[in-house]
Amino acid sequence: MTTALAAAPPRHPHDDLLRTERIPHIWCSGCGIGIVFGSLMAAITKSGLARQDVAVVSGIGCTGRMAGYIRLDSFHTTHGRAIPFATGLKLARPQGKVIVASGDGDLLAIGGNHFIHAARRNMDLTVICVNNFNYGMTGGQLAPSTPFGAKTTTTPQGNPDEPFNFCALAAACGASYVARWTALHIRRLTNTILEAINHKGFSFVEIVAPCPTAFGRRNKIRGALDLLKFYYDRSVVKNHLAPGEATIDFDHNLVVGKFVEFDRPTFLDHYQMVNRGEVEAWPATGVDASAAGQRKAG
Amino acid sequence: MPGKAVLTGTHFMNGDEACCEGALAAGCRFFGGYPITPATEVAERMSKRLPQVGGVFIQMEDEIASMAAILGASWGGQKSMTSTSGPGFSLMMENIGLGLCTETPCVICNVQRAGPSTGLPTLVGQGDMMQARWGSHGPYEIIALCPASPQEMFDFTIQAFNLSEQFRLPVLIMADEVVGHMNERVVIPPADQITVIDRAKPNVPPAEYLPYHPGPDGVAPMANFGDGYFMHVTGLTHDERGYPTMTPAAQVEMTDRIVGKIRNNLDRILDYETLFLDDAQVAVVAYGISARSARGAVLTAREAGLKAGLVKLNVAWPFPEDFIRELSGRVKTMIMPEINLGQMVLELERLAQGRCAVRLVAHPGGTIISPRRIVEAIRQALEERP
Amino acid sequence: MKYWRQPLDRDEIQVIRGQVEVIKDRCKGCGFCIAYCSRGLLVMSRKFNRKGYHYPEAAQPELCVNCHFCEVICPEFAIFSSQADAAGQQPPVGE
Repeated sequence: MTTALAAAPPRHPHDDLLRTERIPHIWCSGCGIGIVFGSLMAAITKSGLARQDVAVVSGIGCTGRMAGYIRLDSFHTTHGRAIPFATGLKLARPQGKVIVASGDGDLLAIGGNHFIHAARRNMDLTVICVNNFNYGMTGGQLAPSTPFGAKTTTTPQGNPDEPFNFCALAAACGASYVARWTALHIRRLTNTILEAINHKGFSFVEIVAPCPTAFGRRNKIRGALDLLKFYYDRSVVKNHLAPGEATIDFDHNLVVGKFVEFDRPTFLDHYQMVNRGEVEAWPATGVDASAAGQRKAG
Repeated sequence: MPGKAVLTGTHFMNGDEACCEGALAAGCRFFGGYPITPATEVAERMSKRLPQVGGVFIQMEDEIASMAAILGASWGGQKSMTSTSGPGFSLMMENIGLGLCTETPCVICNVQRAGPSTGLPTLVGQGDMMQARWGSHGPYEIIALCPASPQEMFDFTIQAFNLSEQFRLPVLIMADEVVGHMNERVVIPPADQITVIDRAKPNVPPAEYLPYHPGPDGVAPMANFGDGYFMHVTGLTHDERGYPTMTPAAQVEMTDRIVGKIRNNLDRILDYETLFLDDAQVAVVAYGISARSARGAVLTAREAGLKAGLVKLNVAWPFPEDFIRELSGRVKTMIMPEINLGQMVLELERLAQGRCAVRLVAHPGGTIISPRRIVEAIRQALEERP
Repeated sequence: MKYWRQPLDRDEIQVIRGQVEVIKDRCKGCGFCIAYCSRGLLVMSRKFNRKGYHYPEAAQPELCVNCHFCEVICPEFAIFSSQADAAGQQPPVGE
């Protein structure tokens, strides 16, 4: 009996959600994307949502390959365009849950415009951003997240740019759920992704994750484990901190936690309200004709 | 008449509005767009009409997003479209390629204006014809319809949706500013007299479903988000399962399919009209608004006893190669009037292969080509020594 | 387990026993599971898998408390734990 069973490969708890015929995946040894992907699958499973009601949309890049490994309706779109694609998908089938999973360069450089507008609209999407501080797929170039002074293949002398603070940006644009963890805060990350999935509106989760091959190697943190620890050791949990203060400071102040969570109507809520005539015409106070002439200009 | 998708009756409306009504009659329920002259009226009317029929209109942040959104909406199970003009069309090219590669039905209406660049936003052009065919990178075939009147804007938009659903690809309506802004009589038939074709759905259990396994006509049935088929859709070269496959063999197989479904179904796609062609010595081949100039010119020429005929291309891409090749063997000259400096005329030259003369009547944009210039070209062609 | 004082409910607490499983051909040898195993029971095998990576193996499998941390930290979905039953009998694999 034992020998017969030993022949069958053990079945991983995520195998139901994995396109197992495509595993092992393309991510390098020690890449943080796999950890985040596992967290995402755990959160989807915990959510109890019916499988056919969840879609994953990705852009291009290493993280963009997530869509290709999950056994759900999954879409691997063009570079930067995951959010507008997901917007169409969501609006065409509002009862479905649409999760965007992509990298920092994809979502916030080439796709930055779509990101800020989807946040502004409070489009009912869950956006998972794996931030590995560079473009891994193309071999490690400058990203909008690359720390000042860091070396990449296109900043060989060090990065002269200041990076974005994605969480502050998302919050400033109107995202109604914003959180950040490192790839080693796994259990908290899974809970956060679950909350983000259950949140109605634009939810954004940033994960600081190691890219040992393309980023760590050029910045003297060669081991995957070292890089994973590097981020974690410098992190401090500060829930509900004003997103503008939630810095990614590698001098022991890499702020993680849940920064924003509030309810506001989504794009579709507002669209339906407007079309039902439930929204007062702008300006709400109307124009006071009698007062108009009284106030002197200047 | 709120709430009606098909506004049966006789109307006086412009081409952009007729395009919108055609889309609704064809079942379009999602529009993602961005304002641009001279296509804005399509979006404006859509923003008013779609909520009346339970659809969604969204003004996206740019044309790139618009194009991406309509692809997403199509996979969400809704017929979707956008409208634009030259600069926006340029921005859409990458995601049109995604639509072609992932075989996603949708419709893009390009109301052409004069370019290059910002050009003449309010004035007519036909300068995007080769961009329509070749603008996105890599090998593919495209379908592009060329309406010449508001009525055709209505009719061809329905046809564009039907073709896109049948053959699973983005279909282009290559209109122009004059057709878009011209007000004319538009007759909208009763809903039950309008042919509406919907995409073929898979009828196998999810475990057996291959999202890119073609049916007998070369087109694979399409599952939508939520149908439980758990398909993977990628713009990478993929196999029949939809999985990325980085081999030359997979590239051959995939491009054979996306090109073959057009090339092997030309009889269901090609559409052109002819006039006085039987004894014609000069054939004027034209599309869009220039086809109306050409029609006027051919009628004038015939009145003057000149043996001219007309070919009006309702579908510009795929190009009616066999027909034009055959035509080139029995006329002295083919004339192409177009509002650019020579694009579709290159197709005539390619197919004529010296069997007949090919002449271009061109204008770079801003005005239509007057019938008088075409008559002149017909006269000259007849006088030319072979 | 050593305590600086004995918990009052010590007799009632049962330490869960787990069983760790490795899908060795998925492993890329990053070592995350070995570094973060709460019981330190994993070591890198000297053997190679089909892709040429060393993979983890349980040096002291009896120490596993089924905390699942190896499972959640593994970027390759190559390791997981499940609960071993009270009698110490292993649940059938492939379940």
